Amino acid sequence: MIRDIFQITFITGLIGATLRMATPIIFATLGEIITERAGVLNLGIEGIMLMGAMTGFIATITSGSLWFGILMAAGIGMILALLMAFLSVYLGLSQHVSGLGITLFSTGLAMFVYRLHFGSPTVPPTIKPFDPVAIPLLSKIPVIGPSFFNQYSLTYISWILIPLMALLLYKTNIGLKIRTVGENPFAADTVGVNVNLTRTLSLVAGGALMGVGGAFLTIVNGNMFLIDVVGGRGWVSIAMVIFGNWDPLKGALGALLFGFLDGLQLRLQGLGFNVPFHLFLLIPYLLTIIALIGVSRHATYPSALLKPYRREEKGG
Amino acid sequence: MEEKKPVVEMRSIRKVFLDVIANRDIDFSLYRGEVCSLLGENGAGKTTLMNVLFGYYALDGGEIYIKGEKVNLSSPKDAIDKGIGMIHQHFTLVPSQSVLENIIIGAAVEKGLFLDFKSAGERVVRLGEEFGLLINPDVKVWTLSVGEQQKVEILKALYRDVDILIMDEPTAVLAPKEIIELFKTLKALVKRGKSVVFISHKLNEVMEISDRIVVLRNGGVTAERKTSETNIRELANLMVGRDILEKLDRKNMIPGKPVLEIENLSVLNEKGLKAVKDLNLVVHKNEIVGVAGVSGNGQTELSESLFGIREPVSGVVKVNGKKVKKGNPAAAIDMGMGRIPEDRIETGLLMDLSVEENIILENHLKHGFQKYGLMNFNRIHEFSDKLIKDYKIKTAGSDIAAKSLSGGNLQKVILARELSGQPSVVIASQPTRGLDVGAMEYIHERLLEERDRGAGIMLISEDLDEVFTLSDRIVVMYEGEIIGEAGSGTASKEQIGLWMSGVKK
Ligand SMILES: Nc1ncnc2c1ncn2[C@@H]1O[C@H](COP(=O)(O)OP(=O)(O)OP(=O)(O)O)[C@@H](O)[C@H]1O
Ligand SMILES: [Mg+2]
Repeated sequence: MIRDIFQITFITGLIGATLRMATPIIFATLGEIITERAGVLNLGIEGIMLMGAMTGFIATITSGSLWFGILMAAGIGMILALLMAFLSVYLGLSQHVSGLGITLFSTGLAMFVYRLHFGSPTVPPTIKPFDPVAIPLLSKIPVIGPSFFNQYSLTYISWILIPLMALLLYKTNIGLKIRTVGENPFAADTVGVNVNLTRTLSLVAGGALMGVGGAFLTIVNGNMFLIDVVGGRGWVSIAMVIFGNWDPLKGALGALLFGFLDGLQLRLQGLGFNVPFHLFLLIPYLLTIIALIGVSRHATYPSALLKPYRREEKGG
Repeated sequence: MEEKKPVVEMRSIRKVFLDVIANRDIDFSLYRGEVCSLLGENGAGKTTLMNVLFGYYALDGGEIYIKGEKVNLSSPKDAIDKGIGMIHQHFTLVPSQSVLENIIIGAAVEKGLFLDFKSAGERVVRLGEEFGLLINPDVKVWTLSVGEQQKVEILKALYRDVDILIMDEPTAVLAPKEIIELFKTLKALVKRGKSVVFISHKLNEVMEISDRIVVLRNGGVTAERKTSETNIRELANLMVGRDILEKLDRKNMIPGKPVLEIENLSVLNEKGLKAVKDLNLVVHKNEIVGVAGVSGNGQTELSESLFGIREPVSGVVKVNGKKVKKGNPAAAIDMGMGRIPEDRIETGLLMDLSVEENIILENHLKHGFQKYGLMNFNRIHEFSDKLIKDYKIKTAGSDIAAKSLSGGNLQKVILARELSGQPSVVIASQPTRGLDVGAMEYIHERLLEERDRGAGIMLISEDLDEVFTLSDRIVVMYEGEIIGEAGSGTASKEQIGLWMSGVKK
C-alpha cells in the first residue's frame, strides 16, 4: 500500500488532482480578496458558489452549451453580489448578517429551483462535462506534462487570473481606489473617489468569480448537482484570504495547499486503509485550520473591513 | 478689496446636526490671491463651514458661488472639479500605502492600463523641491512622523493643481521650522493667484500669514478684520468674548519627593531602531518638567512606553518609588498615572462610544460607576455632566458619540478624563494641541492646579511658549537623549532652541 504512494502514476495523479481541486478555491479566493480589499467581507460566498453550481448546471442542460453555463454562473454571482452590496453598502447593514443571510437564502433557493426544474428524480440528472485540454508539446513532457498541461480550460484560466488580479490591485488606478476604499474610505471620498460605487463594483466582480468557482464543481470537475456539492469550499476560501494576507499570489498558494490535501485524501481513500472515509475528508479542513493558526497572527486586515461608510459622521 | 470679485462666495450658509446648529446663516467670501484666516473657539463651526465648501457636508440652507457661478456641490468630487482642495484637520492617509500612492489616488496618470508611477513620482519630487516639501515618495506612510505626514497632505493638495486651498489647522502638528517652510509655500501659492483659507488657533501665525481674518462664534460670523488693522489682543477678545490673561498666576513651589523616576530607559521605534537611548529623568511632586524638542526625536516612543502601550527594551520606570510593570497600561493607570496621548483619535478615544463612556473608560470599575457588575448610569451621567461643564466641552449631550465632537472638544474630553482622577503623575503630550486660546488658558490653569495639589507633571511639547510658561524645569530631547537641562528661570529661548537643533554645549 505505502509503496504505491511513490509510484510515478500516483505522483502524476496527485499533482493533477491538486491543481484540479484547487481551481474552484482559487476562483472563490480571488473573488473574496477583491471584495475584502474594498472593505466588504462577503460571507455570502458559500451560497453564491452553490447558486453558481446550480445555475451553471441547469443552464448547460437547457442550452447544451457548457460555456453558456459558466456565463450564467458568473451572472448569478453578480446578481447575488449586487444584493449584498444593496444590504451592506447602501443600507449599511452588518456585513456578517447580510452575508450569512445571502448564504442561507441561496441554499434554499438553489434547492427550490432545482426541484422546480427536475422534480425529485430517483437518479440525479447528469451532463457531459468539460474535457481536459492537452496543451500540444508541453503535455508530452513526462510527469509534468500529464499533471500540469492536461487540465481543464477553467484551471488554465485560474492560473492566468492570479497575476492579473495582482496587477489590477497593485498597478492600476482602479486597484489603488479599491485598496484605499478598503483602508480609509474617508480618504478616498475626500479625493473624489465614489466609495460605495467602488465597493459595489468590487463585490460584483468578486461575485462573478465565486459563481464560476461553484460551477466548476457541477459542469467541469463533476457532472451533477447535489445540495452539498460546494461542501464548505466557500468558507475555506475565506480562510485562504486570511492565510494569503489579502494577497492574490499568497492566497492562490493557500488554495493550492488545500487542493493538494483534498487530492491526497481522495487518493488515500482509494488505497484501501481500513478506517472510515470521513476521517480522510476531514484532513484538508483540519490542516487548513492549523495553517491558519500559524499565519493569521500576522494578518493585517484592510482597516475598513466590516465598516459601512457614511458621510457626516466624522467630527473635527 | 470691494471692487474685486470674489472667487468663492458663500451666502447665508446653514448647517444643522440633529440639535446643534453648527453654521447659522454665514456669509463668507474669499478673494483671488489672498490668505484668509478663519478664527473661532473650539466648536465654533470652522471645520463645518469648510466641509460645506468642500462638498463633504450637504447644505441645509444657503448658496455657494465659485468664480461667479452658482454651484451645487454634492460631493468632494464636485468641489475638486471646481479647483478646490482641502487639507483636513485629521489625517486622510492610508498608512500601509506609499507616499506616492497616497498622493496620486483619484488624480492618477495612466500609461495604457497601468498607473504611471514613474512620471507621477518625478512630479511629486519636483513639487517638493519647488515648495520645500522634500519627502521620499516611495516610503510607506506609517514610517513617517506626524510632521512629515502633514507634508504628504499638502503635496496631495498641490498635486491636484488647486485654485482654492483650504487648510484646517495644518500647523497643529508642525514644528516651528516646518511652519516657516509652510508659510513660504503659502506665499508662493498666493503670488500665483491662488487663494487660501487658513485655520489655526495660534494667533501669531494668523497675524503673520493672513491678509484678512474672519472670526466665527457659535456658528455665526462675529467680526471681520484686515490683518493690518488688528492685533492679537483684539482677536482673542473677539473669539472668546473676554480678555485673555497673558500672564498666568503661578506660585513658586518647592519640589517634593520624586514621583516619576525613569532609569536607563531604552525604547525601539517601529523600524526597530533605538528611539529612546538610555534615558534618565526624575519628576518630583509639585513640579512640572517640560520636555522640549522637535517631534520625532523619541518623544512618542518615550510617552508610549510610560503609558504601557510600548514595551521598552531595557530600563526601569518607577511611580512613587514602586516599579511599574512593563507594557501594562492597566498597571500604569492603577499606579496613578494620567496619560494624555499625542494622537487623540488613534490612542486617546473611542470615536464610536459616547462622550461619557470615553470619560469613564479608565475608571469604569471605580468611583461607584458599577454595582454588582452593572453600570450605574445615574452616577456616570452626574460625573460626566460635571466635567463637561467644567471643561466647557461643546457637545449636544453626554450620551452623544465622540465622533460628532469638534477637534478641540475631543482633546478636552481626554484632558477631563485624565485630570479628574487626581493622578500623582501626569504625562502630557501636546496637551493643548488644537485648543482655542480660551481653552488653552483653562488647561494651563488646570495643569498648574494639579501641580499645586501635588502631582508631578511631564509636559512634552513642541510649543516653546507653552513649555516656558508652565515648566519649573526644562529638558531638551534630541535623537532619543536628553541633551540639555535648565531651570525655567535660568533658561533662555535661544539656548533651548540650540539644544533642540542638536547643538551640545
Ligand atoms: N458630524 C457631526 N455630527 C454632529 N455634530 C457635529 C458634527 N460635526 C460637527 N458637529 C458639531 O458642530 C459644531 C461645530 O463643529 P466644528 O467641527 O465645525 O468646529 P470647529 O470650529 O472646527 O472647532 P475646532 O476648533 O475644535 O476644530 C460642534 O458643536 C460639533 O459638535
Ligand atoms: Mg475644526
